[in-house]
Amino acid sequence: MGDYTAEELQSIFIMQGFSGLSLFSVLLLMGLGLALIFGQMGVINMAHGEFMALGAYTVYLCSNITEQFFPAFTPYYFVITILVAFVVCGLLGAFVEWLLIRHLYHRPLDTLLATWGLSLILQQTYRSIFGAREVSPRLPDWLMGSFTYGDVDIPINGVFVLGLSVIVTGSLVYFIYKSRFGLKLRSTVQNRSMSGAVGINTVKVDRLAFALGCGIAGIAGAAFTTIGSTGPDSGSRYIVDAFLVVVSGGAASLLGTVGSAFGIAQAQSILEFFLEGTKGKVATLLVIVVVLMIRPQGLFPSKVRSH
Amino acid sequence: MPLFLKTLFKTRGEAIGFIAFLVLVLVIFPLAMPVFRLNLVGKYLSFGFVAIGLVLLWGRCGVLSLGQGVFFGLGGYCMAMFLKLEASDPESTSIQSTPGIPDFMDWNQLTALPWFWEPFKSLPFTILAIFVVPAVVAFIIGWAMFRRKVGGVYFAIITQALALIMSLGIDGNQGYTGGRNGITDLRTLLGWDIRTEDAQYTLYFLCVVLLALTALAAKYIINTRLGRVLVAVRDQEDRVRFSGYDVAIVRTSVFAFAAVLSGIGGAMFVLQVGFMSPSIIGIVPSIEMVIFTAVGGRLSVMGAIIGCLIVNWGKTAFSEAYPDAWLYLMGGTFISVVMFFPNGIAGLAEKFPRIRSLIPASVTERIKGMATKKTTKTVSDGQ
Repeated sequence: MGDYTAEELQSIFIMQGFSGLSLFSVLLLMGLGLALIFGQMGVINMAHGEFMALGAYTVYLCSNITEQFFPAFTPYYFVITILVAFVVCGLLGAFVEWLLIRHLYHRPLDTLLATWGLSLILQQTYRSIFGAREVSPRLPDWLMGSFTYGDVDIPINGVFVLGLSVIVTGSLVYFIYKSRFGLKLRSTVQNRSMSGAVGINTVKVDRLAFALGCGIAGIAGAAFTTIGSTGPDSGSRYIVDAFLVVVSGGAASLLGTVGSAFGIAQAQSILEFFLEGTKGKVATLLVIVVVLMIRPQGLFPSKVRSH
Repeated sequence: MPLFLKTLFKTRGEAIGFIAFLVLVLVIFPLAMPVFRLNLVGKYLSFGFVAIGLVLLWGRCGVLSLGQGVFFGLGGYCMAMFLKLEASDPESTSIQSTPGIPDFMDWNQLTALPWFWEPFKSLPFTILAIFVVPAVVAFIIGWAMFRRKVGGVYFAIITQALALIMSLGIDGNQGYTGGRNGITDLRTLLGWDIRTEDAQYTLYFLCVVLLALTALAAKYIINTRLGRVLVAVRDQEDRVRFSGYDVAIVRTSVFAFAAVLSGIGGAMFVLQVGFMSPSIIGIVPSIEMVIFTAVGGRLSVMGAIIGCLIVNWGKTAFSEAYPDAWLYLMGGTFISVVMFFPNGIAGLAEKFPRIRSLIPASVTERIKGMATKKTTKTVSDGQ
């Protein structure tokens, strides 16, 4: 780092910090869905990245439809599309839970393998439908460009995605800790049979939680389209990072997920500038793995007693 | 059967199955296939080492590692480094700006051999490293995690991250590791050209013999007390701990043993295929190794080897003819194996004798009656 002046270093940190914020948003949205599914239900969803890609492809499709049939609607479609992506992914999630996951709750390692098979099928489906080339939706004009602040450019899409992830996180926290469904969910996690005994339909809770997690992955996909183009394997590129975010945050803790997503994204983004190529990513991953070996319960372990 | 054989094979069926497998790979395949196909089978069988390790680690001990590619890669790269150094002697690399170092180092403006390459000039060191490096790495990782009672899903995720780190790390350090292209253009082993047909036959038989010995060793472990401790650790970890066993050291040892087997597999892979690259050891190949084991049967040593052969053969045959359908088939197979046949092909084979129970009882009675009539000549007409 010796070749940079203090001022240059400052603007490098701000620039990389902001590009790290975009990565943070995607990792956070991926991680929230995973934390819900993994932390609350103990299911490893290896196809989570493919749900994200599905969200991104939904946005791409909606953008094409809007452009072709309702050109006047182009500036506004994106906001609605996010909801569409959420619903589409949520529905597929509910279907997958019904078809596969519910049979495997007592075999967590096998959910990992079954959902890996699912992710292969989904990837190939995307490849057959959308082609192997990466696609990008036509983004509305107001998402393009950047604010200029001093000698630092702050891209608008980054700010938008950040705002989106803040809203999603807030809603999820409200949903889990304040709503009726959240109460049922938390009680099912703590004691499944007792929850069933007091009249909670745990089967329905499981399905809704899985669908919700997948739906959030869909929002992550919508956010992803604003900062990169989507290919059949876009999702699988983020899956390991997202899992590390959840694990190093402390599986059942949403706060931990936010914290570790921020740390990992910033570390990766800033290290990538100083270390060439993939070394920044390797260094970040190594640090996480070593931290996890020393502190396997993660940064913010949940206070719930394990049984 | 002698006692020793009884420890290896619990039933006569198992012994017959093992011999049938040996006949298949040692006699039928070499006679029926051209050397090119046989070399492919040898490549598939080199994944059999990994699968046997996974049977012990995952099937028997309940620890799923998604990072076996790391150890496959460690063993493979050790072998590849030795072969590469032998292939880059000063005469054949005289056109380089620094003769005597591997070509990819020269392309990346390295002017001297990195320190960690130096010892791989010696074959004994290389062979030692193929065993020791994976074992030590696995021991450190395993000990750090199992001692803190990290297991199950966490272990799977962290080992998967290791596979990503390993493949990215090799990819990103082209000058030292050959980068994405890997270490290619391997020619001779102590002056013996490994690319000739004769060499490929020899290496195939070497691979098969080593695999058979490994399978016997694994069967031995499974059928002795250690094997029972492994299953106990899988099924009732706390009770094993209360009985005075150190669960962490059991898991760590099995993990290290599985890593050594993967390393041997990697070395055999390099010898037969002639290159090593990060694409063979990353996340996807590591999970594929688990797939071989799951399809063949996670509890059965022979099943896992058969799984390697079938899945890899299917991959080669289908992915050439119908590349699109292959991923659907692979994904579908995987889901259905996990959901309906958790013990894979071997599990199905074990169920096979039960078909007898589908035959109505009266028929079996009559057969039995006929048998007794013949041997003892007593007629039971009072029934």
